[in-house]
Amino acid sequence: MSTYYTEDHEWIRVDGDTGTVGISNYAQEQLGDIVFVEVPEEGRELTKGDEAAVVESVKAASEVYAPVSGSVVETNSALEADPALVNSDAEGEGWFFTMTIADESELEGLMDEAAYQAMIEG
Amino acid sequence: MAETKTEDLKTTPLDALHRALGARMVPFAGYAMPVQYKLGVLKEHLHTRASAGLFDVSHMGQAVVHGADGVAATLEKLCPGSLAELKAGRMRYSMLLNEQGGILDDLMVTRPAGPLPGFDAADQMMVVVNAACKDADFALIESALAEGQTLTILADRALLALQGPKAVDALAKLVPGVTTLTFMTADVFTWEGADLFISRSGYTGEDGFEISVPNEKAEALANALLADELVEAIGLGARDSLRLEAGLPLYGHDIDETTNPVEAALTFAIGKRRKMDRDFRGEEEIMRDLFDGAIRTRVALLPEGRGIAREGSKILSLDGTEIGTVTSGTFAPSLERPIAMGLVDSEYAKEGTSLSIELRGKPVAAIVTPLPFVPHNYVRASK
Repeated sequence: MSTYYTEDHEWIRVDGDTGTVGISNYAQEQLGDIVFVEVPEEGRELTKGDEAAVVESVKAASEVYAPVSGSVVETNSALEADPALVNSDAEGEGWFFTMTIADESELEGLMDEAAYQAMIEG
Repeated sequence: MAETKTEDLKTTPLDALHRALGARMVPFAGYAMPVQYKLGVLKEHLHTRASAGLFDVSHMGQAVVHGADGVAATLEKLCPGSLAELKAGRMRYSMLLNEQGGILDDLMVTRPAGPLPGFDAADQMMVVVNAACKDADFALIESALAEGQTLTILADRALLALQGPKAVDALAKLVPGVTTLTFMTADVFTWEGADLFISRSGYTGEDGFEISVPNEKAEALANALLADELVEAIGLGARDSLRLEAGLPLYGHDIDETTNPVEAALTFAIGKRRKMDRDFRGEEEIMRDLFDGAIRTRVALLPEGRGIAREGSKILSLDGTEIGTVTSGTFAPSLERPIAMGLVDSEYAKEGTSLSIELRGKPVAAIVTPLPFVPHNYVRASK
């Protein structure tokens, strides 16, 4: 499995031809306490860069963009009762949704973990 | 994210302490202020309602108006309250009004229990105003002074707020005398050789105190309180959600120069004698609105769902007409749901009115609800 990051602080963990999507630990830190996550409907078709989800913190609402094109398979129902999972485990239990990957080549434009760390430290 | 640049921002005497505690600092009214500490906004809010929260509010303006008799009358030139009737050791919420009755700022006015240390026995009243308005407020008060009166800004004092059901327990360990205070009373106490001006008041709806402390003792006092396991440091983020749950307006957002006390639903601050004498700023517009009803009214709203209705969001009637604007909104940790305040056309201001709020382009149902959202826990004098 490989994890890729976008410039907008989303991650996608790829397993075969599906990926799990969430926001990075850095992003949750910047947002502060998260009180609400609006995830896309299962089956929704996403194009890379589409607004896929909204994460609402006490401070502000932020859009979460589709890192690649595909369709939404499953959404994380745990987030409804416990949006704070995004704060406590952004890159694990705080995942937002899984999706099919329509075009693997779109992953090439994303960063690996080292490149993403360099970006946020830079 | 790079640390907030603070070269151009003013700092309070607790700046080093905030940073040592790991606070996230943000610019606020020209000051570098802590928006949250390591606990985060939600936990800081809940801790305040359960135990005791310590806030640095030193950015606010503290001043004493003193000198020739008639200090209360001087303030009454600007405020609609019956301030002359304020007894020694008592305080009142009030507002500075412009000539049309629009609110220039809201403030606390205190008649000290006795002459304040550093001030002689002359007539005197203490005021605490909002940070963003303090320069303009003090200039305005100065312009209203009578012969022989002076406004002295307490630039040598910090201001701490300790709020919550355990605030009295924590503070009494350091200053036993505070147990004699009741809601909206104030006095001077000594701690480690310093004079503290303490009032039993605050901005959270909980029991608590505001403590004016000399700058050089502020950090020591904060540390002494934080050493108590009952007390946690609380940032401005939680301060906002606490005051909103308590139904308290925030100047510059829920109330401003375009709102008079009737529109702002703050008519309790207009004194009875003042209404009879009709002698306050903007009395023509304000009395007209009191008798005929104001065109707009501040209301409390409960949006459905979990999305936060933020300031500036449009408020619509059920038929889709725009009839108001959200002036404050947040997630209420004590209620686990969003809450908001807004200014609406008065015919929609009745409790129970169904409205909708535009959240990110979509209408969300909301209902007009009584204030406060969370009951107050003030410790009043027993009759």
